[in-house]
Amino acid sequence: MANLYNDNRDLKFHLSHPMMQKLVMLKERNFTETGDFDYAPLDFEDAMDSYERVLEVVGEISGDIIAPNAESIDAEGPRVIDGHVIYARGTQENLDALIKAGLLGITLPRRFGGLNFPVVPYIMAADIVSRADAGFVNIWGLQDCAETLNEFASEEQKQRWLTRVVNGETMAMDLTEPDAGSDLQAVQLKATWSESKECWLLNGVKRFITNGDGDIALVLARSEEGTRDGRGLSMYVYDKRKGGVSVRRIEHKMGIIGSPTCELVFKDAPGELIGSRKLGLIKYVMALMNGARLGIAAQAVGISEAAYREALQYAKERMQFGKTIIQFPAVYEMLSVMKAKLDASRTLLYETARFVDLYKSYQHISEERKLTNEERDEMKEYQHLSDLFTPLVKGITSEYCNQNAYDAIQIHGGSGFMKDYAVERIYRDARITSIYEGTTQLQIVAAIKGVTTGGYLKQIHVYEKQELRPDLEKYRRVLISLTQDFEEAAEKVISVGDTEFTDFHARRLVEMAGYIVMSYLLVCDANRDIEYARSAQNFNKMAKGEVKARAEFIRASSLEDIGHYKY
Amino acid sequence: MGIRIIVLAKQVPDTRNVGKDAMKADGTVNRAVLPAIFNPEDLNALELALRIKDDLPGTTVTILTMGPGRAAEIIREGLYRGADDGILLTDRAFAGSDTLATSYALSQTIKEMGAYDLIVAGRQAIDGDTAQVGPQVAEKLGINQVTYVEAILSLDKTSITVRRRLDNGVETVMAPLPILLTVNSSAPDCRSRNAKLLMKYKHARTVTERQNEAEDYLYLYDSRPFLNIHEMTVNEIKSIPDQLGLTGSPTKVKRIENVILQAKDAKRLTAADEGINDLMKELIESHVIG
Repeated sequence: MANLYNDNRDLKFHLSHPMMQKLVMLKERNFTETGDFDYAPLDFEDAMDSYERVLEVVGEISGDIIAPNAESIDAEGPRVIDGHVIYARGTQENLDALIKAGLLGITLPRRFGGLNFPVVPYIMAADIVSRADAGFVNIWGLQDCAETLNEFASEEQKQRWLTRVVNGETMAMDLTEPDAGSDLQAVQLKATWSESKECWLLNGVKRFITNGDGDIALVLARSEEGTRDGRGLSMYVYDKRKGGVSVRRIEHKMGIIGSPTCELVFKDAPGELIGSRKLGLIKYVMALMNGARLGIAAQAVGISEAAYREALQYAKERMQFGKTIIQFPAVYEMLSVMKAKLDASRTLLYETARFVDLYKSYQHISEERKLTNEERDEMKEYQHLSDLFTPLVKGITSEYCNQNAYDAIQIHGGSGFMKDYAVERIYRDARITSIYEGTTQLQIVAAIKGVTTGGYLKQIHVYEKQELRPDLEKYRRVLISLTQDFEEAAEKVISVGDTEFTDFHARRLVEMAGYIVMSYLLVCDANRDIEYARSAQNFNKMAKGEVKARAEFIRASSLEDIGHYKY
Repeated sequence: MGIRIIVLAKQVPDTRNVGKDAMKADGTVNRAVLPAIFNPEDLNALELALRIKDDLPGTTVTILTMGPGRAAEIIREGLYRGADDGILLTDRAFAGSDTLATSYALSQTIKEMGAYDLIVAGRQAIDGDTAQVGPQVAEKLGINQVTYVEAILSLDKTSITVRRRLDNGVETVMAPLPILLTVNSSAPDCRSRNAKLLMKYKHARTVTERQNEAEDYLYLYDSRPFLNIHEMTVNEIKSIPDQLGLTGSPTKVKRIENVILQAKDAKRLTAADEGINDLMKELIESHVIG
């Protein structure tokens, strides 16, 4: 089959973004590891060449093994035997291939055996694997959890845990409980210090845990007796080799069937404290979730890609009324919208990944040496941008992948409704992306601050100042006008000064910001490569309609109206 | 306790993806338009060798390939997957070798390589489909050989047990080491390139390749000896010139013709029992089934 990296020029385009130079230099600390590790890059070009080559391997495994296995995994699913998960045959085969290829611990430092890749190529690998099988990317993508250990565990803990991840052990993040879903402050699972065993013991139940039987799990537990909120929670590592956790059942799900979603019972399971007590939720889970949200965005973009390709291919082959259906305006228009959403999702994904990369690199450097004032300011700026863009990208890409999957089925007509075509699975797999790791509604809650504090507006003004080819100026003019609409709408909502009113319009406001940001990013892409001119244009037109509609809605809305919406 | 394995591998034009430009007007293969790839069954052979290395610590795997300078890529592909080192046998003196001259050159090279326990090679190359080189190398080295291998069932310091895949079934064979095995495509597919090995060995070059490259990374080759791909020429092996290259090749190609396979008239069968019966009879008679 095709190599899913080589057959997608969009990936190479985003990998070659001008900001990569700075980002790679920081990640590689000016290429100082060359003497200690024979696989460390020698310079910027060498590093980029390495990313490309490794992504080619990801693309090859995705095309040759993961994509062909997707259908049988979806039919077979995982099982529970004696309290442990047995993956579907294809899942294990996929995992074995990726482990042999050394594709776990991609972003971890070399001293633990990692590849020390920046976030951008890692997210790109997730984008590729997700296109092949969105259910499988969950299991492989949970290596994200290791980043949290790398950030907050002690050096000695990192040595023990991270080396195991690099060697192919899978991970899980055990957060959700029956009564603590979106509201993690309500977590009940108990952690008690045992003097006799000299370790923490975990007792309780976790639910909806992806890859819950993974080898190494991060567990959020209540360590402070008598507390009820997030400040009584700490983070622990549980080692499957030690035992104490059993899988009670696996959920029967609508999609991502290959990914085992487990209900776990902890009975005196030994846990190792990570970082400081009481910071479990408020610091570590927040970091963990931010990483995971970017991962879901990559998953969503991969799904959008798969949906678009299936639809395009079908539309080019299916004959009706004597011609291929792609020749009908109703169909090609739908495909062009899918492509515009796909390109917009992807450009937002890699923009966010670059912000996260720069912020994380500075953060790790700050642990090695004192940052200069200039560096410290930059770190804060990129941290701010990461916080601003992560909920936005998670929310928008997951909604778009659902829309694209929906349209992909529509283009297939009756055939799309049958199990015979891949779009049926893609549609089911897409559905979870706007729910887990925080629903779209919760992403809006996180993102609305960026509207009310002017964060998005500030960044929009940065994009506004980009130099553009003359033929792209017309898009900037449109976007300047849309930005005014956005600013007015935000000002109006803020001036009402009512939290419920703000919450009521939050989605509209965040989406307005999202349309303007993505449209600018696509115009910048078109400025760098003429190939993106069509998506830049199509999305710009779409953005205009969507932003104007929301602006009008907000303009005509008042606090008194809200009562009409309550049933 | 490890063993020493030599993998014989060949770079071949990718004849599986032949376009209309694949043949030149004079009837020879147009190598320029066909991508050069690792001969598929040689990859199966490499995988068998690497599995032994996985199970038996201390085992080393050396790739030996004969070909033009660009065949060094085969060695790199081997290194990316877990081979320890490789030798590129390259010299104008070998040009035009048929299977006899090739196996002569390879066996003379192996004699220079020191003691070994196991040689594995693909059953045949997709550009010639002769399946002769492996067996001839074994004959010239005077060692045992087992062909059509698809799995190694057990291995110790003195003997090996393998499963052969034959037309009419499988056969389990036990034989003493050293031995040469040729491997079928029914053996496991070769693993992918490993990310770390890929980055470690991507600058591996032969001396000749280095002479043709930009000087950016030349400083590497002294500090990282593993990046030097060993290149051997006719001068480094003991050989009788008459047995090498075109002069050492008794195979003479008299004529090459393009054969275009054309579908013949279709036969229409009814879906009734009678029609199906006739089809079954015909298939059994023509030995397609049964």
